[in-house]
Amino acid sequence: MKVRNAREAEKIEIPMTPMIDIVFQLLIFFIMTFKIVSLEGDFNIKMPASAPSQGAPDEDQLPPMKLRLTAGEGGGLSGITLNDRQFGSLDELHAYIIDLVGSDESDDGLEGAEVELDCDYGLNYENVVAAITAVSGEIDDDGSIIKLVEKIKFTPPEPQ
Amino acid sequence: MRIKPRKTSEDATGDLTPMIDMTFQLIAFFMVLINFSEADQDQRVQLPLSVIAKPPEAPLDSPIYIHMQDDGTVIFAGEDLSLEGLGVYLDREREILALNNKSADQATVIIRADGGAKTGKVQELIQMCQQKKFEKFALRAKEDVGY
Repeated sequence: MKVRNAREAEKIEIPMTPMIDIVFQLLIFFIMTFKIVSLEGDFNIKMPASAPSQGAPDEDQLPPMKLRLTAGEGGGLSGITLNDRQFGSLDELHAYIIDLVGSDESDDGLEGAEVELDCDYGLNYENVVAAITAVSGEIDDDGSIIKLVEKIKFTPPEPQ
Repeated sequence: MRIKPRKTSEDATGDLTPMIDMTFQLIAFFMVLINFSEADQDQRVQLPLSVIAKPPEAPLDSPIYIHMQDDGTVIFAGEDLSLEGLGVYLDREREILALNNKSADQATVIIRADGGAKTGKVQELIQMCQQKKFEKFALRAKEDVGY
């Protein structure tokens, strides 16, 4: 009987070319469809349609702080007023809100406090978000959010 | 002179293992990071920045995305609409919610407005949603990471 040479078994090779073709196609597909998504967050506001007030208002409920934002040239922010008190910048407003929270006894921000935003029609929306940021919280050193005023609402818009 | 056949040329195949290893790693990386969702973002809208805008920890209940461009036009479900034209679509959304045994006040309307849009327009959009019995809103902003 003829014994076959054991070297013949070594010649069996798996064709790599089709696999590499597919792998590169997959790689190119994923690279082309890849997009860097920036992180986004929300400011939650609960604003039911003007419901008729029933009975006397709750005595524990603080009246909302009125934040008036006036628009300047080109939709820029030209004036900030909180309950008839004027502020030169949103940083000043932020510092004032922090003082308010500091004088409040509760730990969890200004509990029950609400800010009502009264904005000019032509004010750029980015200023509103900046104002909401100033009143609703800040980032501490370890990156967590310290909540200030959580309840935010808008006054009804006045058509221009 | 007798020339010997070149046996060494058969050994010229390189070792493909490291390349395949690396390619598979790249594929795995891109597969994990791929994001097919187109509905919740629109490149035409440049969101305002905020340092305290962090992604929500839990998914919002029945989210409805409404985009607003800087000229005040609304993008809803991929279509450019005027504020008045949005009403029909909101009615439809409410009907879909009703089919799922949910009311409009349980849904959250996520407003992705451009930073250059007029605040009055955004408020009109909120008012339009209120008229259609939506109550919960989320003003979306881009996280300001400082660069």
